[in-house]
Amino acid sequence: MCLAVPGKITEITPTPGALMGKVDFGGVIREVCLEAIPDAKIGNYVIVHAGFALNILSEEEAQETLSALRELGDIEGELAIGLDPMGL
Amino acid sequence: MRYVDEFRDSELTKILVDRIHRVTKHPWVIMEICGGQTHSILQNGIDQLLPKEIELVHGPGCPVCVTSLELVDKALAIAAMPNVIFCSFGDMLRVPGSGKDLFSVRASGGQVRIVYSPLDAVKIAQANPDKEVVFFAIGFETTGPANAMSVIQAKALGIKNFSVLVSQVTVPPAMHVILGSPQNRVQGFLAAGHVCAVMGYWEYPPIAEKYQIPIVVTGFEPIDLLKGILVTVEQLEKGSHIVENAYTRVVSYEGNQPAQTILKKVFEPCDRNWRGIGLIPNSGWKLRPEFANYDAELKFKVSDIHTQESPICISGQILQGRKKPPQCPAFGAQCTPEYPLGATMVSSEGTCAAYYRYAREEMSS
Amino acid sequence: MSETASVTMEGPVCPLPLHHHTQIVMGHGSGGRMTQELIQEVFMPYFSNPALLEGNDFANLLAPITDARHIAVSTDSHIVFPLIFPGGDIGRLAVCGTVNDVAMSGAIPAALTAGFILEEGLSIDLLKQIVRSMAMASEEAGVAIVAGDTKVVERGKADGLFINTTGFGWVPDGLQIGGQFAKPGDAVLISGTIGDHGIAVLTARGDLGFETEIVSDVAPLNLLIEAVVAEIPKVHVLRDPTRGGLATTLNEIATQSDVNITIEENSIPIRPAVATACEMLGFDPLYVANEGKVIVILPEDKAELALQILRKQKYGENATLIGHVYEKPKSRVLLRTRLGTTRLLDVLAGEMLPRIC
Repeated sequence: MCLAVPGKITEITPTPGALMGKVDFGGVIREVCLEAIPDAKIGNYVIVHAGFALNILSEEEAQETLSALRELGDIEGELAIGLDPMGL
Repeated sequence: MRYVDEFRDSELTKILVDRIHRVTKHPWVIMEICGGQTHSILQNGIDQLLPKEIELVHGPGCPVCVTSLELVDKALAIAAMPNVIFCSFGDMLRVPGSGKDLFSVRASGGQVRIVYSPLDAVKIAQANPDKEVVFFAIGFETTGPANAMSVIQAKALGIKNFSVLVSQVTVPPAMHVILGSPQNRVQGFLAAGHVCAVMGYWEYPPIAEKYQIPIVVTGFEPIDLLKGILVTVEQLEKGSHIVENAYTRVVSYEGNQPAQTILKKVFEPCDRNWRGIGLIPNSGWKLRPEFANYDAELKFKVSDIHTQESPICISGQILQGRKKPPQCPAFGAQCTPEYPLGATMVSSEGTCAAYYRYAREEMSS
Repeated sequence: MSETASVTMEGPVCPLPLHHHTQIVMGHGSGGRMTQELIQEVFMPYFSNPALLEGNDFANLLAPITDARHIAVSTDSHIVFPLIFPGGDIGRLAVCGTVNDVAMSGAIPAALTAGFILEEGLSIDLLKQIVRSMAMASEEAGVAIVAGDTKVVERGKADGLFINTTGFGWVPDGLQIGGQFAKPGDAVLISGTIGDHGIAVLTARGDLGFETEIVSDVAPLNLLIEAVVAEIPKVHVLRDPTRGGLATTLNEIATQSDVNITIEENSIPIRPAVATACEMLGFDPLYVANEGKVIVILPEDKAELALQILRKQKYGENATLIGHVYEKPKSRVLLRTRLGTTRLLDVLAGEMLPRIC
């Protein structure tokens, strides 16, 4: 139920019905409703579903996820080299 | 950081795959609830990377598939009316009703338009003041805010020729039905990341506790899915059953408060009929009375609908993870994406269509 | 013969003032004077060539003096909305589509016919723009439009206009190029980025609200193909991945040749904006239409040379090796994903619809 794509806010425009803006998804720009992220700023990355921004993407959390993964990779690498008696 | 390619990196996925293999010691059945997750798993061949002890089953997280037959038939009736412009998400167009689909209504002269966003339908209403514009507001909690916003915006702009046909469903009640069934095989749950982006995951700890089952909020890219699976398996192997968040860059515990406010403003809970599963109490949303003027079911008299499901379609069993598409006798024979018998075969969102397209069982030659 | 409301009768004015008509009317299809005047005003200025100028109902063409005894013929009807889109229009599409189909046999395209079904109410200026575009495309391809026809249908019956083009060309002796000739071991090349045309047309319709710089790749490929075949006559397969996209076309070839084709996801050239648009819609770019690309399947040892030739040609700058032909599984196309897994690439089932989930 959840096809949502990340993009960068390039414009913010309050309108009578809703807070709107433009998001650049990487070569495609579309009008997006920003009503659920009133604190959004131009330059924020947001996750957008059906023309509606669900949340601001946390760069900090994204980096954390990736670096935790790389650390895991180091651990797995050590285990693979021969520290694992099961030979997995 | 562009948040897409980084989460498809093949070296990082290898790390996760290796670890999953290392920690998996027992067979486990894990369900992913969202059609988008099913799609990503099959498109990337993620199930092929997992140890054979892990069986992934696909849940009813496909709003296109679970929209009740009655509502589809109402949509067809409204779309066929002269002076109506019926707007819908693309993949609803091929969902079969009791005899036809929105495509055939269009072929017979009905005005049916595909929109990317419910707010575009409001624009169409503004541009066509002499027509009645109806939007088919299907979706889980992810789409709820967008659908709700269309009504809020229409009201704020004083637009009277716009209405929505609501088919909103919610995830937690469906999880209760699946996990509470005596035939349930599911031992771990990958919760839908974008549903949780809106709602948070505070609703899940009671479910995890009641059924003693780990629930892990999971995203959609290969790294997200593998991480969700890893965290679930690690819990299963040590016998834990808590709720964890593996999609932290998008999801927080409380979810998006302004989005939830929008939902509460427009919708209130109701019972919903899930196609193929049946009535699940309190499993959906309908428009609040103050938005009655925007309710297409009230605006258009479409009560005289006789529904007729295909007798051989087993969508319900598929949606609950009890059967897989290749086990259906009609799969690939009478039922194909070109001539779907049930909603799960329509477009790439439904489990049956996804299986057909990626034809797993044919690959071993 | 019909009259229009724009006729004014002040002074000594001809009662059939065709020059004042801005729109196609039923009378233009009658075969009488109005039709003749339409042909003179709109078509002849752009499609002028000796055969047409003879003014007969047939074109009398001279066969080239070669040993070529085979003629490649192809016909196609073109329906597209909107009529004009970024990168092209229905006219360019009609010319290039058929020129390319003929060229896929290795034939040198010689001539085209063009039949028009015009909708009552079509703007004549728009028609001229399209005809001019056809002239430019056929000039670029080096083919002449030697015969044509126009009919007019009532308002509402033709979406603006439909164009049918039939083309033919002479196949140089000794060539054996066709979908049935792919062999295990062959290399599979694509001449450039995929998905441009389908996405350009879709976004041009405006319903999606996508702002983008994506343009259609519609182009005549005969000169590019001629360059390849001249140096590598033993090319096995040439085909353009139009409707149904790369995946569907590879399936056609795999079935015709009863072989397996496996392509690498990582190697498929695609413009970032096209990839983004597909992501947003839930489309797989492998199934999106192309109108200016060719798949080249040939012996592996000629692949590098073919790429060098293609990359020097107009429209072939982004030519890439995307996969190989294998013996089995027969009649199937497989994709090796960027994760190293393999999945089946089936033919496109029905129309791709933007998905929500």
